[in-house]
Amino acid sequence: MVEDHLPQVLVLRPPKSFTFFETQFSKKFHFLKAWESQLPTTDFLATHAASVKAILCNSSTPITADILHHLPSLKLIVTTSVGLDHINLPECRGRSISVANAGQVFSEDCADLAVGLLIDVLRKISAADRFVRAGLWPISGDYPLGSKLGGKRVGIVGLGSIGLEVAKRLEAFGCIISYNSRREKANVSYRFYSNVCELGANSDALIICCALNDETHHMINKEVMKALGKEGVIVNIGRGAVIDEKELVQCLVEGEIGGAGLDVFENEPDLPKELFTLDNVVLSPHLAVFTSESFSDLFDLVTGNLEAFFSNKPLLSPLLDE
Amino acid sequence: MESIGVLLTCPMNTYLEQELDKRFKLFRFWDYPSSTDFFKEHSNSIRAVVGNTTMGADAEMIEALPKMEIVSSFSVGLDKIDLARCKEKKIRVTNTPDVLTEDVADLAIGLILATLRRICASDRYVRSGSWKGGDFKLTTKFTGKSVGIIGLGRIGLAVAKRAEAFDCPISYYSRTERRGTNYKYYPSVVELASNCQILVVACALTPETRHIVNREVMDALGPKGVVINIGRGPHVDETELVSALVEGRLGGAGIDVFENEPNVPEELFALDNVVLLPHVGSGTVETRKAMADLVLGNLEAHFLNKPLLTPVV
Repeated sequence: MVEDHLPQVLVLRPPKSFTFFETQFSKKFHFLKAWESQLPTTDFLATHAASVKAILCNSSTPITADILHHLPSLKLIVTTSVGLDHINLPECRGRSISVANAGQVFSEDCADLAVGLLIDVLRKISAADRFVRAGLWPISGDYPLGSKLGGKRVGIVGLGSIGLEVAKRLEAFGCIISYNSRREKANVSYRFYSNVCELGANSDALIICCALNDETHHMINKEVMKALGKEGVIVNIGRGAVIDEKELVQCLVEGEIGGAGLDVFENEPDLPKELFTLDNVVLSPHLAVFTSESFSDLFDLVTGNLEAFFSNKPLLSPLLDE
Repeated sequence: MESIGVLLTCPMNTYLEQELDKRFKLFRFWDYPSSTDFFKEHSNSIRAVVGNTTMGADAEMIEALPKMEIVSSFSVGLDKIDLARCKEKKIRVTNTPDVLTEDVADLAIGLILATLRRICASDRYVRSGSWKGGDFKLTTKFTGKSVGIIGLGRIGLAVAKRAEAFDCPISYYSRTERRGTNYKYYPSVVELASNCQILVVACALTPETRHIVNREVMDALGPKGVVINIGRGPHVDETELVSALVEGRLGGAGIDVFENEPNVPEELFALDNVVLLPHVGSGTVETRKAMADLVLGNLEAHFLNKPLLTPVV
């Protein structure tokens, strides 16, 4: 069969982009589709995947030590996400398995959505659109005033490639940018705060752009939210668990913070129901990267990484050891 | 100045109303059931009119108030004021430029993002409890898209500056080409629309610019194109806009202003590719206070024989 000559790539559960581009992908690679088998995953791997060198996954497929144990020939993990919190990285390092992620292909779209959510919360765009669609404008008259974006102090949590794109955009609106990161960045003119609580105390809005790991889990807690204050706005385009969601909901309900724009949640797609009743919250179903352009760029990157690997060339978007 | 009669045309801002009441003899136009009776009784008392985008000072009002010396508009737009008649009668006119430029430009970008990235539609989707995971629709990226601006005044320039931060190539149409920008000029709106994906209306409303975005322009913009209106409702042929959107001949629209506010064509309510706002371009606490202070400052300057702060006429 033709596909026997194509390099083999294991897929446990199909990323959305895989479904989208399956035909094109299948011209270049032979995919072992674990989800189509009746066998439990580990049995499937034991039976079929002993010689598999590469795996394609997304952020909702955990690559655990157990799975890696069942893939003795594995040398490459390509994830369609930027986030790596679903991969057991120490185990990969120990086994000399390379990891390639989505690199920068999503940075602009993520930054665009962060800005869109911030403007929406401050200027009440979704809420006012609801008001108009409900036919309330002729009845209730002028819509309540929002808050000006220009001059607002914006604190970026995590100044990686996405955080930098957010900063660049918001500067054009006259926002004053500062940030918190593991380390202060050279060549950046924004004010650095080594402590996220201090960042919150000196900001009118926080934009969460950082990775989820042990240090950042529930990093945005009650203390940070209180420091941000009653007029403060939080935008999260990172991972739900960076914020203590239960605290966030309580702070929103009690008016301890001013509003939130959220693309990610701790337990997607289940959301705390209280959020649905709040007008100062904008809710987005984890789609910061879901544009046709990003998907097309992602397809090119994934294909490029796999082709590079199978021809012994350098990967396009390898994880840099940190 | 407490004896100077000032007519406020409609409720527009509590702070402004309170300050006018404190400093002048305030007449609230909407308190009087009949405008004819109002004019009969009070016309000689009114020396100033404070209007806005809903009601300004048209020919009828100007003729009915022979003692009027100044119209101070709580807006930057002057389409509700009979400027020619004011000039003729040496009535001063002031507006509120600059203080609202940033808010309106911010809203334009907010509308672009909300429309292209379906932010409002997604929020509706999540609130309805429909999000089950695994479902998704691809939206359209904003960064890098070509933005065409009709009118490169203060607001148009502010929109351009913001769009540039998203790496958008900028082009524009205005009555005459502007020196000192790198933006591409097109001598007609149709040509502009043929060469951009997002068309932003940011010019003044005059008899010449009424329906400046018409069927021909919308056809040029096409099924992937988006109209963003932060100008005045009559800039866009609303009937044509509705059919273009409903029939899929236009990709989407983010609209803050309508031809017959507060009425919005209901056919738009069912569409996910439109964002509809109730004329909130300058609607922030900070900006409305700044606008009110400008109105008050202009009135005070006039009645103290000092130079006006932001005169138009």
